[in-house]
Amino acid sequence: MSDQKDEKKTNRRDFLFTATAAAGAVGVGAAVWPLVHQMNPDASVKALASTEVDVSSMQPGQSLTVLWRGKPVFIKRRTDDEIKKARAVDINDLKHPEKDEDRAKNPEWLVMLGICTHLGCVPLTDKGDYEGWFCPCHGSHYDTSGRIRKGPAPTNMEIPKYEFVNTNTIKIG
Amino acid sequence: MSDHEYTPSSKFGKWFNDRLPLLTLANHLTDYPTPKNLNYWWTFGGILTFCLITQIVTGLVLAMHYIAHADMAFSSVEHIMRDVNYGWLLRYVHANGASMFFLAVYIHIFRSLFYGSYKSPREIIWILGIIIYLLMMAAAFMGYVLPWGQMSFWGATVITNLFSAIPLVGESITTWLWGGYSVDNPTLTRFFTLHYLIPFLILGLVVLHIWALHVPGNNNPVGIDIKKPSKDTVPFHPYIVIKDAFALLMFCIVFAMFVFYQPNILGHADNYIEADPLVTPAHIVPEWYLLPFYAILRSVPDKLMGVVAMLSAILILAALPWLDTSKVRSAVFRPLFRQFYWILVADVLILGYVGAMPAEGLYLLIARVATAYYFAHFLIILPILGWKEKTTPLPLSITEPILGGSPNLAAARSDEKIEKTIK
Repeated sequence: MSDQKDEKKTNRRDFLFTATAAAGAVGVGAAVWPLVHQMNPDASVKALASTEVDVSSMQPGQSLTVLWRGKPVFIKRRTDDEIKKARAVDINDLKHPEKDEDRAKNPEWLVMLGICTHLGCVPLTDKGDYEGWFCPCHGSHYDTSGRIRKGPAPTNMEIPKYEFVNTNTIKIG
Repeated sequence: MSDHEYTPSSKFGKWFNDRLPLLTLANHLTDYPTPKNLNYWWTFGGILTFCLITQIVTGLVLAMHYIAHADMAFSSVEHIMRDVNYGWLLRYVHANGASMFFLAVYIHIFRSLFYGSYKSPREIIWILGIIIYLLMMAAAFMGYVLPWGQMSFWGATVITNLFSAIPLVGESITTWLWGGYSVDNPTLTRFFTLHYLIPFLILGLVVLHIWALHVPGNNNPVGIDIKKPSKDTVPFHPYIVIKDAFALLMFCIVFAMFVFYQPNILGHADNYIEADPLVTPAHIVPEWYLLPFYAILRSVPDKLMGVVAMLSAILILAALPWLDTSKVRSAVFRPLFRQFYWILVADVLILGYVGAMPAEGLYLLIARVATAYYFAHFLIILPILGWKEKTTPLPLSITEPILGGSPNLAAARSDEKIEKTIK
């Protein structure tokens, strides 16, 4: 050893150290992952992935809030006036530019997550400067298409995956 | 660490101490030389230890009756209040105890800020303190969620949503924290587990905090280094023990006043309504001790930057020993710093006030100015003061100005005078 003390060449011992450390790191990682992953949504939570809603009794202008995955979903049957307002907006004026045509495939029905994209409060329906929704927590205003117009929220309210099973039933999820 | 060799007097004591030197530790703690000019602002360390133990003991017994389930949590808390023997007392002590804990920690922190206790060689004590403070906030927040009232639920929703501001991985982190797609039963059970764990982490850090303190010894109102032991020190027992005990008694009177006369004044009426994921309360506010940071969060119009500003407001404290460039510790000898100190105190109180108000109009403007000043204090004023300020002369020892016929009359003032200055 003493005659090669200045030698920096890697030797077999260095290889053993590196290999042991690498194997150890993989082992620790494999042991930690279940501890971390157990906190993600479990099978029973994921199983409640879709909800069917009967909307036959809703009149134009009415809205309904249903719970889907523990979150409120707003279903709004919009009036002609509300649709007109939503579609008349110049898309370039928007903080998060989205066409109303893309948000409400069937213009009469707006289905969206009733969660403010700022910090997750539930906005109030038919309130605010744009006559859509208003979040009381930190003052975000949404228009009749659920698009953010004023306030701290960064994006429009999210549109979940949904479909009309028949004319009277919407399936969310 | 031991200042002198200690030998137990009894034979058994010696036998035991040779095997586990607990008696040496006890001797160190009783004989521990303490600056003799410590004023009542120094009693809050002991008070905080009392608060921690109170929270652990009351929390332990509450956990025997509480049920961490979304369907049962709210009624189990009502069960504690109505049916459990002395349940109302235990819960009110625990709930108000959290507020008292923060009241004491804020006094403790601001005492350090005034007397420069965070400066070399006490940086590690200070940083451990900041970590304890962060853990306290986490524990308090999660504890507030457990009764599963409206404020619990929506407070949890707002705070966990802060993580969704992180670019790219924010949404996955939030889902991971929730264990679902919203705050729900899995969130409640994990918050309960962590709420139970954190006080013991704090306890461990408190041991380190005190250990680190006992290496250089206490700072003192004059802020100079002193010889230990010397004419400038007194043994911890009985001098400081008695003083701490008296202060604790006074503190307990305030504590009892809240518990017995105004147990709900620091809470929110909305939390006596069971959590409803479909209805957000009109005005969500955190507990009073988090209001200044809440004001900072809301004063920034951008979601991500708001979260960054709020976290920085706390973490900037950890860098304080290096931001404050002045070699003089105590504000008693820093005429300019003293004024800025009080402006900062006012600034934090203003932030707390606007944090409780709706974030609009004039309140928002005040919050923005106060936020800007808060950061300016640490990032601009303190570094510049360190080399611009003309400090007044320091005494050579604590005793010297009083007994040595010092020409420095300003420093020859006793505790009371110094206390008067900071009031």
